[in-house]
Amino acid sequence: MTGWYEPGTSPLHRIPAGWKFLAVLALAALVFALRSPVWLGGVCAAVLLGYAVARVTPRRCLQLARMLGMLVLLVFAMQWWLLGAGQALVVCLRIVAALAAANLFTVTTRVEDLVFAVERGLRPFTRLGVRPDRVGLLIGLTLQAVAALSMISAEVREAAKARGAERSIPAFAVPFLVRTLRHADELGEALAARGEGDG
Amino acid sequence: MIEFADVGHRYGDRVVLSGVDLRLAEQRVAFVGANGSGKSTLARMINGLVPPTSGRVRVDGLDPSRDGREVRRRVGFVFANPDSQIVMPTAGEDVAFSLRRSGLSKRERAERAAQALAEYGLDGYADHPAHQLSGGQKQLLALCAMLVLDPDVLVCDEPTTLLDLRNKRRFVERLTGLRQQIVLVTHDLDLLESFDRVIVLDEGRVVADDRPEHALRHYRTLVT
Repeated sequence: MTGWYEPGTSPLHRIPAGWKFLAVLALAALVFALRSPVWLGGVCAAVLLGYAVARVTPRRCLQLARMLGMLVLLVFAMQWWLLGAGQALVVCLRIVAALAAANLFTVTTRVEDLVFAVERGLRPFTRLGVRPDRVGLLIGLTLQAVAALSMISAEVREAAKARGAERSIPAFAVPFLVRTLRHADELGEALAARGEGDG
Repeated sequence: MIEFADVGHRYGDRVVLSGVDLRLAEQRVAFVGANGSGKSTLARMINGLVPPTSGRVRVDGLDPSRDGREVRRRVGFVFANPDSQIVMPTAGEDVAFSLRRSGLSKRERAERAAQALAEYGLDGYADHPAHQLSGGQKQLLALCAMLVLDPDVLVCDEPTTLLDLRNKRRFVERLTGLRQQIVLVTHDLDLLESFDRVIVLDEGRVVADDRPEHALRHYRTLVT
C-alpha cells in the first residue's frame, strides 16, 4: 500500500509469512463481524500497538496516517450524511483496523516469503488443477505492478506538467495507457526470456 | 553455435528481415544498425521470443520455437529497459526468482542471490526495492538475474541505451570478462573495439559482416 518491506528483527518480522497472512485475513473478517465501537476501537489499538512492536519508522507511520486520514475523513463524512454518526464511526474504525493491519503485514513481510507460503499452502490443491507456482508468481507480479504503475503515472504527470497540461485528462490518460500497455508487452517478453511458461 | 538459415520475418505486410544467413561461433558478436533495421527482431529469434516467418534458426542444433525451454536454459537475455525485466519487488527476490526451478531450498536461493549480487557490485542490496535502484544498478541487476543461471550465451538488446557514459563502460567491462558467448545489439559503436565480429543490418538485410573496424566504417558511410 504505502510501500514495501522494511528489514527488521522484531517478533512481527519473525512470524512465518503464511500464519501472518492468515491472521490478517482473520482480522479483516473479525472487524466486519464486530459491531461495537468499543471492541473495534480495541482492535485498532492492538493493530497500532503492532506498529510499535515492529518498530516501524516514524516516516512510514506518517505516510500511512496521511493516507488513512484522508480516506477516513471522506468516508466518515459520507456515512454520517447517509447513516448517522454512530454507523459512520463503526465503518471508519473497520477501515482503519483492516488497512492498518494489511499495511503492517507488507512492512514486516518479504514478498518472497509470502509467495513461498502461498505456494506451500496451495500444494494440496494441485490435484484440483490449481498451480501453486502460478498463484505465487501472480502475487509477486501484482505487487510489482503497483510499483511500476505508480512510477509510470508519476513520470507521465511530470511530462504533462512540463507542457503546462497538468489539468488535461487526455494529456495524462493517453501516455499513461500507452506506456502501461508497452510495459505489459515488455514484461511478458522478459518473463518468457526467463523461462516462465516453459512448464 | 547460433545459426540463421535464410531467415525472414514480417509483421503483416511489413518485411522486417529477409534472407539472413549467419553462423555465429565467435565469442563476441555485435548487431549494429539503424532503428527499424531488424536487429532486435533477429536477436529475439535466438531465444525463441520471436519465431522466424521463413527460414530456420538453430542454437546448438535446437530450434528455439520448438525447444524453447531447452534453448532459453542456454540463452540468457538482457533487455534495454530493466524496469520491465525486473519482476520481483526487491533485488534479492528478483535474482532468487531466476533460481525458482533450480531445486534449491528457499534459504539456499536467497544465499545464492546475495552472492551473485555481491559479484556484480550490488553487495548489500538484496532487500533494497528494485525500482529504487539507479539506472546503472538496475541494468546490473537484470544482468545478474540472467548470469546466476550460468547460460552459455547471453543476448543483450541495447543494454546500455539508458545508461550514462561511466555506467556504459562499466556494463561493457562486465560483459567483456564473461565466459559466455555474447551477442550484443547496440548503438554505442565505441564499445565494440574488442569484439570479434560486427554484423551491420539495414532494412532487414545483412549489409556488412566483418571485424569491428571494417564493419563500423561501412555502417558510418551508410548513415551519412
